[in-house]
Amino acid sequence: MSEAYAAPDPKELRDHQIGGPELTARLAKTWGTEKGLLGALSTVDHKIIGRRYIITAFLFLFLAGLAAVAMRLQLARPESRLIGPDLYNQLFTMHGTTMMFLFAVPVMEAFAVYLVPLMVGTRNIAFPRLNAFSYYVYVFGGLMIWVAFMLNIGADVGWFAYVPLSGPEFSPGKRADIWAQMITFTEVSALAVAVEIVVTVLKQRAPGMTLDRIPLFVWSVFITSFLIIFAMPAVMIASTFLILDRLIGTHIFNPAEGGDALLWQHLFWFFGHPEVYIIFLPATGMVSAIITTFSRRRTFGYLALVLSLIATGFLSFGLWVHHMFTTGLPQLGASFFTASSMLIAIPNGIQIFCWIATLWDGRPIFRTPLLFVLGFFFIFVAGGLSGLILASVPLDTQVHDTYFVVAHFHYVLIGGAVFPLLGAVYYWYPKIVGRLLDERIGKWHFWLAFVGFNVGFFPMHITGLMGMPRRIYTYLPEMGWGNLNLLSSVGTLVFFFSFVVFLWNVVSSAKSGAVAGDNPWDAGTLEWATSSPPPPQNFDRIPVVTNREPLWAEREKLPVATGLSVENRELIVSTVTEARADIRETSPEPSIWPLLAAIATGVTFIASIFTPWAVVWGSAIVGVALIAWFWPKGAKEDEA
Amino acid sequence: MRHDPVLDVSKLPTYGFGHRSPMWWGTLGFCTLEGMGFAIAIGAYLYLSFLNPQWPLSVPPPDLIWASLLTILLIISIIPNYLTQKFGEEENLAKVRVYLVVMSVLGFVAIGIRFLEFGRLHVKWDQNAYGSLLWALLGLHTTHIITDVVDTLVLTALMFTRHGHGKRFSDVGDNAFYWNFVVLSWLPMYALLYWGPRL
Repeated sequence: MSEAYAAPDPKELRDHQIGGPELTARLAKTWGTEKGLLGALSTVDHKIIGRRYIITAFLFLFLAGLAAVAMRLQLARPESRLIGPDLYNQLFTMHGTTMMFLFAVPVMEAFAVYLVPLMVGTRNIAFPRLNAFSYYVYVFGGLMIWVAFMLNIGADVGWFAYVPLSGPEFSPGKRADIWAQMITFTEVSALAVAVEIVVTVLKQRAPGMTLDRIPLFVWSVFITSFLIIFAMPAVMIASTFLILDRLIGTHIFNPAEGGDALLWQHLFWFFGHPEVYIIFLPATGMVSAIITTFSRRRTFGYLALVLSLIATGFLSFGLWVHHMFTTGLPQLGASFFTASSMLIAIPNGIQIFCWIATLWDGRPIFRTPLLFVLGFFFIFVAGGLSGLILASVPLDTQVHDTYFVVAHFHYVLIGGAVFPLLGAVYYWYPKIVGRLLDERIGKWHFWLAFVGFNVGFFPMHITGLMGMPRRIYTYLPEMGWGNLNLLSSVGTLVFFFSFVVFLWNVVSSAKSGAVAGDNPWDAGTLEWATSSPPPPQNFDRIPVVTNREPLWAEREKLPVATGLSVENRELIVSTVTEARADIRETSPEPSIWPLLAAIATGVTFIASIFTPWAVVWGSAIVGVALIAWFWPKGAKEDEA
Repeated sequence: MRHDPVLDVSKLPTYGFGHRSPMWWGTLGFCTLEGMGFAIAIGAYLYLSFLNPQWPLSVPPPDLIWASLLTILLIISIIPNYLTQKFGEEENLAKVRVYLVVMSVLGFVAIGIRFLEFGRLHVKWDQNAYGSLLWALLGLHTTHIITDVVDTLVLTALMFTRHGHGKRFSDVGDNAFYWNFVVLSWLPMYALLYWGPRL
């Protein structure tokens, strides 16, 4: 019917005609990134972009952590004069905003960007130029809000920026606009990555990787991507409405002209609650990967784990109103959201029991990654239990906006996401860097983090029950909160110090860590089938998957597909469910246009804080950049 | 680790149409998230219309004439859009060119009607919350029309140059798919914004 079915070019060198180091070198040349600044900025290699994403996200973690340390120093004693109320408002806003939008979501997506193509056995992520674009947009959004903070126009309305506080009447100036526009940057970036992950998982899996052979980490980020696709538009619409109200005088959140302030809360939390699971689900995938490898057996209850992920994803959209129990909702509505908030404990509980069963029946090896997973069990389950308390309307009403809530969500988020993430860094660092992190320092890191976290955050349950509200910059000595706050501050410092130890481990091991080899943990998934760090092409030949843990099933030799070009960027597009090899498609070459398009986008977003006309002329320059990006430049990859 | 070749992929095609193509899934992904954006914005409109005892707030609903004309045009455009996609799959370059020009023209007419509409609304965005949401919803949809028209123009230019072969035919299908989304997403908005207040 068409030239699509024409025989391959007989003159083109293919991967069955050569092998060994020559094949590796030639493919590395085809898939490589040019040297120099222009090459670095034009790269479309998911590993290079993923690495940058991870490092940038951790930089934001440290910035937000420093903001937390500053707040804890201020709260360490009553009537402290270290930090004034205005700076304190900016600090807790920057802390929450950075942790949620610039660290937690991006770091999980960053790991997915690096690992998913390797774990599904392909050569690059789907839409690699969009991936580069998304990274630059994310960096510009983060830079904008932190530079604004340095210039004393840092956002100061809390990470969820409730109206009317964030509206034009109560927040004149540009602080709230900076916050709202940062949302636009990070959500554009997160949504783009979500689409890339979905398409990579659906269409670029190695032949034979049927749905029931997809690694659990990949399942988790796949489901997370759907959550992003369905949840994040809500916050983008909300922040756009907020900017419209502030900039061109619309009245969407203004009750005096028919708008409504609670509409903001509905829009925000319709995103905000799934957001928790957007952060948590990839962490469960990390837990599954680590537990399987270090238990030396296949995961117990694979199907139950996948179904739990899906169930959690669905249920996460039915919980948002539990953030609004004190806003005077109808009782029936409140009861419904109480029930659904308790319901979500079931799939999460199933996951925990599956992991325990895997450990129980396996031969666990207690290396640092597994230690962090065990820390996760303890802290996350404690956070889950206080969550069940908060799901009950009368109890929630009592402790709403107190430190009890602060304690709860730090137990859930740090326990549920950061501990698995740190475990994941210890687990995959050898793959990314080629050297192992130091075990001894790692154990110090773990125990300092575990003790520091609990000393820092457990007392907050009690200060909250004693009535201490969140977001206050100081308190009177008569309140009797001083000692517990001092304890929390000491714990926080220990916790922060654990990250300094971690940083030291990461930096020193990059130079002097033990050489990892391809598969230092003897793990079963495909990312360990290639060298550490992987070559630009990921795999010299695309693996053919015969088992859920391919490297455990095929210890002698790896079944592979042959016939792809060595001279051009070709990869296998497979069918959605059975992963049959279907198309031999080209993957885009490096290009500087994603960076230029991101700059155009950044200029447009930032200028539109100051004039609505920026949307008009900005769209034109973004349009030009996008057309230049997509216009074929004559490479074989463009013309195929 | 040693390699054991078990599958030869050299004879596979280099592109495919519809759901075989990753770009189709990418387009579907963006349609889904943008559709979610529409749904949320429509939800906000319904939420405020439920809260306010009178809706639209102290102004008559928008006139039917231009929006109805646009709706008819969009529905009719599905036919040439389908043909563009069909001829793309048949790799019939001459007909693809003709229908891409037709779709570009239809797109421009749609944008023109929409801007006429903006000038004839009975309320401004800064008058009250109803006006704000009416403009926001229409604005949101207009950006989608413009996006697809620009994409169609670029694709038309590509098909009239030496690039008009191979994978581009698959791109033609994906662009047509996005236009269907632009049309389909308009229909509930049209019913809500123009007929809802008249019920």
